[in-house]
Formats: sequence, C-alpha cells, structure tokens
Amino acid sequence: MAASIKTVDGARHTRILGMGSYRPSRVVPNSELVDAIQSSDEWIRTRSGIIERRFSEDHETVQMMSVESSRKALAHAEIDPAQLDCVVVATVSHLMQTPAVATLISDELGSTPAAAFDISAACAGFCHGVGLASDMVRSGSAKYVLAIGVERLSEITDPTDRGTAFIFADGAGAAVIGPSEVEGIGPVVWGADGSKYDYIRQKQSWSDVLKMEKALMPHLRMDGNPVFRWASFEMAKIASEALDRAGITVDDLDVFVPHQANMRIIDAMARTLKLPERVVIARDVAYQGNTSAASVPLAADALLRSGEAKSGDIALFVAFGAGLSYAAQVVTLP
Amino acid sequence: MASTEEIRSGLADIVNEVAGIPADEVQLDKSFIDDLDVDSLSMVEVVVAAEETFGVKIPDDEVKNLKTVGDAVAFIESNQAA
Repeated sequence: MAASIKTVDGARHTRILGMGSYRPSRVVPNSELVDAIQSSDEWIRTRSGIIERRFSEDHETVQMMSVESSRKALAHAEIDPAQLDCVVVATVSHLMQTPAVATLISDELGSTPAAAFDISAACAGFCHGVGLASDMVRSGSAKYVLAIGVERLSEITDPTDRGTAFIFADGAGAAVIGPSEVEGIGPVVWGADGSKYDYIRQKQSWSDVLKMEKALMPHLRMDGNPVFRWASFEMAKIASEALDRAGITVDDLDVFVPHQANMRIIDAMARTLKLPERVVIARDVAYQGNTSAASVPLAADALLRSGEAKSGDIALFVAFGAGLSYAAQVVTLP
Repeated sequence: MASTEEIRSGLADIVNEVAGIPADEVQLDKSFIDDLDVDSLSMVEVVVAAEETFGVKIPDDEVKNLKTVGDAVAFIESNQAA
C-alpha cells in the first residue's frame, strides 16, 4: 500500500494585521507635465481629478520603497520580520526581470528564509496578493504573509503621451496578513479577460526593443475610453459580487477603496454601486496619481492615518487594470 | 419602438444627468464635443446609459462616429430591436 501524504491545518479565519505605505519625496504638480503633452492643469483635473502626483528620486527604488512601507506595516501589525513565512510582491515596474525583487526585500527586512516571489497582475496586483496571502494562512502553508504593491511607473511612462503622462506615478504599500479569531478577509472575486490584452500594455516586447536601431524604453500605452467604460461599469459589478460573497451589503460598508485609476472612474463606480453617503470613499488619486499595484494600500493607509477610516471598519477593495485583470474583496481594516 | 423625437428627448435627459447640460440644448444638429462640451469620458457614460435606456448595443468602435446628437439618435433608431 502506498504511504499516505499528511496534510496540515491552517487558520480558520484571517485578517490584515497591519498596513504601511511609502510616498516618494518628489511632488510633481500638473504644471510640470503640461508642456510635453500640450495640455493644461484644468484639462488634467477635469479628465482625471489629479492635482499632483509623486515621482521617485534615484534612491527611491522599488526595493527601497517596498522595504520602507513593509517596516511600517510590520510595526503596525506588531509582527517581527523573522515571523514572516512568505513575501509576495505585486509590481510591473521592477526593471530587473530575474530574480524576483521579493527575495531582496525579504532579505533586507530580515525575513529570510521566507518564501518570496513577485506576481504580475498590474493594477490588480495588490488585491491578488491579499487573496493569495489569506488563502496561504487558511491552508496552513504560511502563518504570516507580507503582501506588497509597489510601482515606479514614472520610469516606464512616456512624458509626451497625452493618454498616460499625467496619470501614472510611483509609490508602495504593504499589508501583513495572518490568523484571526473572527473573519477579516472575505472571499476574493477575481478574473481576467485576455481578449482585451491590447487595452493597456507595454508598447513593445524586450525582444522587439533589441531589434530597434536605437533601443528605447518600451513605455506603457493605454486606450483610455474603452478602459474607462470597462472599469466604471463592469468593475462595479465585480465590487458588488465581492460584497455578496462576503454576505454584506453597501449598508454594512464603512469604506470604499477602489484602485485609484481616475477620479471619474471612482465617481462612476460609487454612483453605480449606490453607496450610502456615509461610506468613506478613497480619493487619493488627486494627490498621488495612479500608482497601479500600490494604489489600494496607499489609499487605505492614508485613510487610516488621517482618521477618516478607523481600525475595525469594513472596507471594500476593488482593483483592475492591464490584462485586463481584476480582483476584489471585503476586508476589516487593521 | 421609440420615435426620433422620443429618442432625442430620452438622450437629452441622459446628457443632462451625466454632464449637467440643459436638456433643451440637446438638439439633433448639436455636436457633443464642440457645442455641448461633453468630453470623451462623459460620452462613454452617455453611451452606457443610452444602451440601457434604449436596449441597443453601441460598440467602442462606433462611439467615435457619433459626433452629433443626430448621429446618436440615428444609430439608436436603426439598431433598436424591432
């Protein structure tokens, strides 16, 4: 008779134990970008709600911003880095393809030999990370997991592209996920639609870049209007489904933290979801721009620090972007 | 099936709700962008609301051809389920 393989037990419930974020030092107002795209401060504000954003300086690397945000999250969670069993990093702008930046981040934090790997789910990356982390804790493959969303999009954005130059920005946010007495992370609702792969993507593959006469950074490109339509209306349905699967309604919700893509998308989603007026809506995009995988933890952390949201509040996360890919879940804020 | 005037009037209500333009300014000869100041993102919202109200499908590729209120009314009229 073949030997039987043992299984391990995980935690019955999980929650976010702590959050932290890092905002790069350089504040970039619209006025600094308008000449290259023949635009104006007013045009940018009307189309996106963005007033200013942050771009990283040379020393503010993907690794550095991740480590800074993670130290704050670990301190908030009162978890020692050595207790981490896994570090998951969501990013599309770490320009060193291998090995995963997660390994360096984990080592600098003092978490080695925790498992460490990167995930590529663009703007939806952090919510994918939270979903994975929660499942790891629940299944027993980890007790404490660090999920990071980090981007340095200024490096891969074309400053002369009218569709993206004023949108993308830099930053990092992190969350420590672990076991809990009561449930703090609802079922993830996630998916992808590769038929819309062309809507948001890197312009050329690295192989095509090497075939150019003069190699140039393959910037991000985006078809704004179809993305706006998909995000504003289809993603409101995904957000609703996450509420349903967690067994709550908009009346139970305290905080709405959608991916900070564009204020117009946030407004359209809030209208479609019919959120009661008392629900706090994250509008970090105004001062932070669209930081892709970093936007949800940056925005949630900002609300916690400002006191607009408090520990124990029920929040709905929904994030969406290149792929097209998306993920949403209901969480209890730490 | 809705008449041309019913469609224009329904569309005018949608444009009013999305972009705050007085409904009586939304006439067939008016350009969404140049005359009514409806920007491309508001246009997307108008299109999605029009799809629901009139039971038509307006594909992304078609939206850029709808320059005037008359273009949109004509598209909806000819694509309504019989």
